[in-house]
Amino acid sequence: MIEIKGLTKQFGKKPVVEDVTVTIEPGTITSFIGPNGAGKSTLLSMVSRLLEADTGEVLLDQNNVKKWKSSDFAKRVSILKQANYLNVRLTVRELVSFGRYPYSKGRLSAADEKFVDQAIEYMNLADMENKYLDELSGGQKQRAFIAMVIAQDTDYILLDEPLNNLDMKHSVQIMKILRKLVDELGKTVVIVLHDINFASVYSDRIVALKDGRLMKNGPTSEIINSDVLREIYDMEIPIQEQNGCRICVYFNSHT
Amino acid sequence: MRNSTKLIMLTAIAIVCILLYGFYDIKGGFDYAFPKRMLRVTAMIITGIAIAYSTVVFQTITHNRILTPSVMGLDSMYQVVQTLIYFFAGSMSVWVLNKYLNFGAAILAMVIFALILYRFLFRADKHPIYFLLLIGMIIGTLLGSFVTFLQVLIDPVEYLSLQSRLFATFTNVKAELLFISIGILALAFLYGYLIMGKLDVMSLGRENAMNLGINYDGMVMRILILSSVLIATSTALVGPITFLGLIVANLSYQYLVTYKHSIHILGASLISIIALVGGNFLVEHIFELRTTLSVIINFIGGIYFIYLLLKESRAAG
Repeated sequence: MIEIKGLTKQFGKKPVVEDVTVTIEPGTITSFIGPNGAGKSTLLSMVSRLLEADTGEVLLDQNNVKKWKSSDFAKRVSILKQANYLNVRLTVRELVSFGRYPYSKGRLSAADEKFVDQAIEYMNLADMENKYLDELSGGQKQRAFIAMVIAQDTDYILLDEPLNNLDMKHSVQIMKILRKLVDELGKTVVIVLHDINFASVYSDRIVALKDGRLMKNGPTSEIINSDVLREIYDMEIPIQEQNGCRICVYFNSHT
Repeated sequence: MRNSTKLIMLTAIAIVCILLYGFYDIKGGFDYAFPKRMLRVTAMIITGIAIAYSTVVFQTITHNRILTPSVMGLDSMYQVVQTLIYFFAGSMSVWVLNKYLNFGAAILAMVIFALILYRFLFRADKHPIYFLLLIGMIIGTLLGSFVTFLQVLIDPVEYLSLQSRLFATFTNVKAELLFISIGILALAFLYGYLIMGKLDVMSLGRENAMNLGINYDGMVMRILILSSVLIATSTALVGPITFLGLIVANLSYQYLVTYKHSIHILGASLISIIALVGGNFLVEHIFELRTTLSVIINFIGGIYFIYLLLKESRAAG
């Protein structure tokens, strides 16, 4: 279980995340939503130890994440950030193989290779596994990076806006894969999303942030309603039910 | 061609260069000339490997392929330390006479300089490469002017003694430093063997490397120290060769298609040995010492440097 307790982070004098307390339920997809600059990515970075919090703490299995050994932590929690520019030329398979580093330390065993195969299969990259990343489209590259994180085989997978650069087909595909990871393999996924409809349809729980503060935290059904969303986004968002999914129709709202 | 084939070819060329340098046209007493030549070749091999190794790892932690420790002014720091020692302590002081103390002081200063440089330039924000280059040039000029200023004030006799230390060349190898250099290189490779996998992961960038369980900032610190120690070793042995690291590292990136540091360090080292030993052979026997190797290397390296800059700016734009 990941517990976030009173987390605060300032950049200069500006507080970016302020006193956020959230518990991530194991075996769920939890979406972080909120307007630009709400502190979603910063919060995710602190949970994954990329950033150090000013005050507050993050606990993984009751132990402060700072106290975890880096190599052990990498077997429990993985993170993928938005910008992934590489200075080296790698093939898809080489990149995905890096996901096994916490286990293999660079020497892949047969079992490691199997995880790599599976991750590549999962992300539908088998036909381009020997291509170089700089030959791929933005979406294909993104899928390759997600495959690396899947190969890492951690209980917790944190993704910072993984749907950026992706078309609808691949966005849906990735959300379905994440769903499968949670439902079939018992993983826990925490994901920063911009499109609230993806959050509404695919996630179990939603954490809503605004101006660095926690606004709402609860099951998806509680968050996706017009009153709550108005508070978060300052706009009128009618909600329509379609095949049991609640869709936010924010395009034609006349505010 | 496979990488292993390419490496074997490079090794063969390097051996040919070494043999040519060792045995070609020995006049007078073999017993006199041969050991002298071997001493120089050993110095070249050590220098070549040290520069190649330090450049490749430095470029990994700074995430670029243009800046090298030398371009950022790291080897000017060696001159600053030596000049300061002569200026304040004099040529008869223990800081000069005890070569280990002298060497240690130089390494310490260079490590501190590298850490400060990294802290302010590479750590915080991502500066454009031209900015970093400009800073590197300014630091180099500043240190150079500072050294000249102190040298003007020094007693002329002291200055002569200092000059022989600063202008070490391949024909004037500091033989007494050879053994300690070999020791340092051996330790550096032992350490390199342990961190090779981590280096590969670090080339994915800070966030990806941390995700995969690398203590990134700690590793950067250690690699900066490693890089500084190697540059200090080669500078103490034969003086600064600014552009060699840039050439050999980039040739290796182009020639050997892989992300693996073990291969690039090996490849760059071999190319470096070929350039130094082969180059010195040409200088001594073809040009008959009418020019020096560092002039040639800096000339070719400078042109290659401009080419890389143009290529980079086109890729960025």
